[in-house]
Amino acid sequence: MPQLRTSPTRRRPRRTAGPLVALVTIVPLAACSTPAASPGVDEETVTIGTHTPLTGPAAAGYSSISAAASAYFDYLNDNGGIHGRSIEYVVKDDAYNPATTQTVVRELVQEDEVLAVVNGLGTPTHSAVLDYLNENEVPDLFVASGSPSWDQAETYPWTFGYNADYITEGKVLAHHAQQTYDDAVYCVLGQDDDFGTDFTVGLTTVLDDLASTQTYSVSNQDVTAQIGAMQAAGCTVNFLATVNGFTALALGTAAKMGYRAQWLSSSSGGDYPTLVGYLGEDVGPALLEGFVSTNYLPFSADDPWVELFRRVNDEYNDGAPFTGNTVFGMSVAYTFAETLARAGEDPTRESLVEALESGEVVGNGIVPLGFGADSRRAFGGVGITVVEGGVQDYVGEVYTTDTGDGDVVVYDGEAVPLENDGIPQT
Amino acid sequence: MNARRTLLLALGGLVLAIGLTFLLDPYRNYQLALAAAYLCATAGLTVLVGLSGQLSLGHAALMAAGGYGYALTSQALTSAGVNGVPRFLAATAAAAVAAGVLGLLLGLAGARLHGPYLAGLTLTLVVAVPAVAASVGALQGDRGVRIQFEGVPGPLKALIALEQWQAWVALAVAAVAVTGLALVRDGRTGLRMRAVRDDEVAAALAGIAPARVKVLAFVVSSVTAGLGGAVLTFVTQSVSPGAYTVSLSLLLLVAVVVGGLGSLLGAALGAVLLVLLPWLVGTLTDVLPLPSQVTQRLDGTLALLIFGLLLIVLVAGAPGGLAGALTAARARRRARGRPPAPGRTAARLAPTAGDDPTGPAARPGSVGPTATRSGEPVRTPTEG
Repeated sequence: MPQLRTSPTRRRPRRTAGPLVALVTIVPLAACSTPAASPGVDEETVTIGTHTPLTGPAAAGYSSISAAASAYFDYLNDNGGIHGRSIEYVVKDDAYNPATTQTVVRELVQEDEVLAVVNGLGTPTHSAVLDYLNENEVPDLFVASGSPSWDQAETYPWTFGYNADYITEGKVLAHHAQQTYDDAVYCVLGQDDDFGTDFTVGLTTVLDDLASTQTYSVSNQDVTAQIGAMQAAGCTVNFLATVNGFTALALGTAAKMGYRAQWLSSSSGGDYPTLVGYLGEDVGPALLEGFVSTNYLPFSADDPWVELFRRVNDEYNDGAPFTGNTVFGMSVAYTFAETLARAGEDPTRESLVEALESGEVVGNGIVPLGFGADSRRAFGGVGITVVEGGVQDYVGEVYTTDTGDGDVVVYDGEAVPLENDGIPQT
Repeated sequence: MNARRTLLLALGGLVLAIGLTFLLDPYRNYQLALAAAYLCATAGLTVLVGLSGQLSLGHAALMAAGGYGYALTSQALTSAGVNGVPRFLAATAAAAVAAGVLGLLLGLAGARLHGPYLAGLTLTLVVAVPAVAASVGALQGDRGVRIQFEGVPGPLKALIALEQWQAWVALAVAAVAVTGLALVRDGRTGLRMRAVRDDEVAAALAGIAPARVKVLAFVVSSVTAGLGGAVLTFVTQSVSPGAYTVSLSLLLLVAVVVGGLGSLLGAALGAVLLVLLPWLVGTLTDVLPLPSQVTQRLDGTLALLIFGLLLIVLVAGAPGGLAGALTAARARRRARGRPPAPGRTAARLAPTAGDDPTGPAARPGSVGPTATRSGEPVRTPTEG
């Protein structure tokens, strides 16, 4: 048997060890900076960060939020900042992909050493970093998602929600529908995740049952089957737990099918200017006439907050389109500034949380924020907005309720007034 | 003897890499863990493409199978009250099995397909990942499956940070995967894979069953990809379709080609590039005084562009990839004064002594890699 010629074995070991040795030698060593007493705070600046979709399918609906927040921080910084420090807002793109969120949030915490993560956007994305942020005791403030899961002071003491939660929205919208429409057949179209299920829980708490419950997946840009099923079920009043893009898609699809119904949407997908952007200036206003949604932030054209935000938007945001996202982003920025102002001369991660737990931070909504020692729930109530003649504005009462099976009650207090041009007093 | 040396080296390398984690800050350790996870996949892919000549554009889907296998098993065990090491081992085994089964199915189909048809089939698989995740209830659609947070085990808690611990686990799994692949490559199976790759008919005449060898290559490669998915899930405590996209699939392949087809060292270089390039690009765009609009646009895309350019430059200039270029440089240094060997090699390996000298492929007239004057096998291009 002739032996097969082989290459010299002298070089083999190096090959086998190669991969591991490469791993050892290639990874560049970063200069470790010594952490300050409190991360993200120095003499002149406070550094905070966020994860938000700037690219990918969700970007169109949400990328304007972080831009608006940054603009408001610029406005604050030009007016002396908070405790003499300017606020630096690091915005990282996660393309609405939970896997990327993991990476960019670690970058924020470990590389940029932010004081807090503020307004991380999205239920699936933010869920992916909830454990990480609480494990590392990083303040996780004003999550841009209406999932009730942020309100867990026991398990996640470092996390504070922002949006009115979907259960509350569902309950108030259902209550409003009961008061408003006679002999209605109620149906719902919801996103196939917590957004849809929580909102539907809210609906069914008030309405006994729904004639049809449809779901859609963000990765599939076609809702013809769902709208067709709703039409077939004879639905006359349809609730939507949809993001803006799918609200537009649902209304557009229904219009194409010649299906007319009353639509009531969660605030997450009920922003009139954004929806007109999706549907087009020509048919948008007609399709959206009578469209009902919830909101919890100042929205009327003559509201002092809105006037201030418009001014800031023109001056610091290149006059970008003024939408609900603009108000949302700026409100979050204001609320963080207020928190920072209450957190003492030398803010720390702990003092931010203490400030919020004290209940002194009231925000700028139509109801004051509900944070407390054992509450991480921002807005306990919402108002109803309706589109009339191409203008979306509040109608009727503001309602408050809980996330259980408590009643929906009318709120008789005032909205939070604007003071000192939206620059929190320290 | 050789196998023992491989094992010793792997162990030494692992100890060295674990020592390295003490020099890195937490974020670098996180990146190291990601690189180790991708290494599991690229190493398997380089063996599949380089050794058995089968092209897979669907390795991200196999990673996803591993990731979901890990997550679902881990969830089930958590609710059954099993924790710690047993849970990790069982979930990792489940990941390997899930990916292996999917790889077996792919391999069975793949053995009947060639070139672009196989590439198309595997690509279809990865395109289907989000749809499968959306339509199977347990996989929870776009948000994916989250698992119980697993911190640093008790006794180590005072010593090391979480990221360092995760890097250790990732490196250990990668070491197992790469060592396994090295043993396969240097053993009888690797020899048969090369024989089938170079000439199926001749291999069949020599008593090798080409289909069986090809399927086996697919399964081995899938199992390691599944281990990579398991590590990713372990590190991030979640698995979602967004992590396993078509672009990851293509990037894995690009990483393998850039590193050097058929070379495990190349696979490691590729995996490190896969993690570092997007980060470097992000850092670069932050440093450069660009308008924020431009930065936004470059953020996700510039890394892909650089990868593409790198691929073109390398294929044109150094077909053996980075590892091939290193080997060639070494060979040139050694061969100073002697005429260079015709046909540069990537680190594609000739069978070694001590393994299978009397196997079917060793019979006269069999097709082994042809020996050149310098004892290096001639490189045959593997075109997908």
